[in-house]
Amino acid sequence: MTTITSTIQSGVSRELRNHVSVGQTVRNSFSMAYRGLLKVRRTPEQLIDVTLQPIIFTVMFTFIFGGAIAGDVASYLPLLIPGILVQTVITTSVVTGVQLREDMDKGVFDRFKSLPIARIAPLAGALLADTVRYTIATTITFVVGFILGYRPEGGLGFVVLAGLLVIVCSWALSWIFAFFGVIARSASSVQGISFLVLFPLTFLSNAFVPSDTMPGWLQAFVNVNPVSHLVSAVRDLANVGTIGGDFWLALLGAAVVVAIFAPLFVRAYMRKA
Amino acid sequence: MATSSDWAVEATGLVKIFGDNRAVDGVDLRVRTGSVYGVLGPNGAGKTTVIRMLATLLRPDAGHATVFGHDVQHEAQIVRQLIGVTGQYASVDETLSATENLMLFSRLNGLGRAESRAKANELLEEFGLTAAAKRPLKNFSGGMRRRLDLAASLISQPPLIFLDEPTTGLDPRTRSQMWDTIRRLVSTGSTVLLTTQYLDEADQLADRIAVIDTGRVVAEGTADELKASVGKSSLQLRLLDPADRDDAVRAIRSVLGVDVTLSPEAARITAPMQDPDRITDLLVALREQNISLTELAVQKPTLDEVFLTLTGHGVETEKEEVNA
Ligand SMILES: Nc1ncnc2c1ncn2[C@@H]1O[C@H](COP(=O)(O)OP(=O)(O)OP(=O)(O)O)[C@@H](O)[C@H]1O
Ligand SMILES: [Mg+2]
Repeated sequence: MTTITSTIQSGVSRELRNHVSVGQTVRNSFSMAYRGLLKVRRTPEQLIDVTLQPIIFTVMFTFIFGGAIAGDVASYLPLLIPGILVQTVITTSVVTGVQLREDMDKGVFDRFKSLPIARIAPLAGALLADTVRYTIATTITFVVGFILGYRPEGGLGFVVLAGLLVIVCSWALSWIFAFFGVIARSASSVQGISFLVLFPLTFLSNAFVPSDTMPGWLQAFVNVNPVSHLVSAVRDLANVGTIGGDFWLALLGAAVVVAIFAPLFVRAYMRKA
Repeated sequence: MATSSDWAVEATGLVKIFGDNRAVDGVDLRVRTGSVYGVLGPNGAGKTTVIRMLATLLRPDAGHATVFGHDVQHEAQIVRQLIGVTGQYASVDETLSATENLMLFSRLNGLGRAESRAKANELLEEFGLTAAAKRPLKNFSGGMRRRLDLAASLISQPPLIFLDEPTTGLDPRTRSQMWDTIRRLVSTGSTVLLTTQYLDEADQLADRIAVIDTGRVVAEGTADELKASVGKSSLQLRLLDPADRDDAVRAIRSVLGVDVTLSPEAARITAPMQDPDRITDLLVALREQNISLTELAVQKPTLDEVFLTLTGHGVETEKEEVNA
């Protein structure tokens, strides 16, 4: 250990501000996002859900349901791939809440709280870093579909747009799980609550089968379920190359979710942070 | 604003209640700028809770505190620009390396990329961590983790540093290195508020000490003042014949001029020892009265005795253990 040479500027002679500027908030958020990505690089096993899950689900569902639902595998793919895509990426958004909770329970969060940074930066950083996860999941699902014989009629441009739509909607949903993350007792309970919400939302939808064979009461739910609209929007985009009403409905749903849960979250989070 | 430059910390009537547990129950503290202030107390006394309130990590339920004149609640963001906090448990990111941690905290402190790298390298060098800089923290020893934690608190060169039990769990050599580091910090003009469970440590480092117990300050003063109230060391005598006890106690009172504590089995007598020189007189007096000893020992005051003296009860065991 060498000596600490520089002398400390005294507490009263410093220039101090009691609020955080927008520019600083953005910079802090990017620093936190960078931390998120470093963590992923250090523990690549974190990416199992966004890499293996789309592969396994796509292959499994294709061969289990393909013949029964659509007659053959090739004609099931245009129905299935958008469904799998939505289900996988939305499931991934739970991770935001779980990791936030884990982080908040760790010592390092105390340091974040003791630094003069934007309070919201740890969350904003996590949300930013998570878009990388969504992108990985989206890409892999489309690639696996392509290998199995899926040829989206909409063309590359619309496929990319479909992917972006799913990412935006998942990002919106992650506010719900971030909220659970702050109010839950532990990381595993976040996981528990979140799957309780997500399971019915993704399965009671048109993600894997067309809704017209379902009983009337179920159809009623499936048709208002925002996940169904998202799946339909993705099908329109990727398979036909059109932006339909479902596209706007999905975006509207995402906006409503953010409008409700972002303030709820921020209130709960500020109380703890 | 004369007061704000004199006092790094001024707290009055701090209270924190967890459920029905008054963890901090009306604590007043005043830390003079440029000094080392020690908060001494046993497990569960409320040391960490006090530090967390002063460091803006926890909202007080009552009371008021300022750091260099800035209110910790209403001007929290300003206070955060003036403090460095090394918590009791390592507050660094376990998944990142030492360099990555210091880079991240430097960036969050507003340094640019190149500045952050320079700062990280400078601190790693200063704390003897250069060799381990790229290794994941999982393989760090307790001492290395503590040093990294302290390094991370010094990035912004804060004028006030909180150290929560900086040497707990360190071996004697690492502990004295940590003491040196703390002394150097003070010599550069920092103010340090540290907590400890060791009387010796508070004695070595702190200009003033507050002893806290069950959320209250039970004594405050310089190390010398506290030691004077406790007695530097104690003299322990074991008598050959317990029947001589009353005579022995009388002799101690008249020669040393102090009150004694009797052990329940009656044969052991403990007396505070202010002046070692007078022990010879005592031994001569005992010999003259034909009181024989089987054992004679000098014991430094333990935290337990400090508490016994200051609070009238020893260090309390955890409630759970008592009930079990
Ligand atoms: N977050 C919390 N929720 C509930 N009780 C708490 C919490 N933090 C501390 N306590 C309680 O407050 C009391 C004081 O705790 P604190 O951690 O401040 O003690 P301490 O002096 O730092 O002890 P130690 O030497 O063990 O670190 C204890 O009874 C503890 O159980
Ligand atoms: Mg503590």
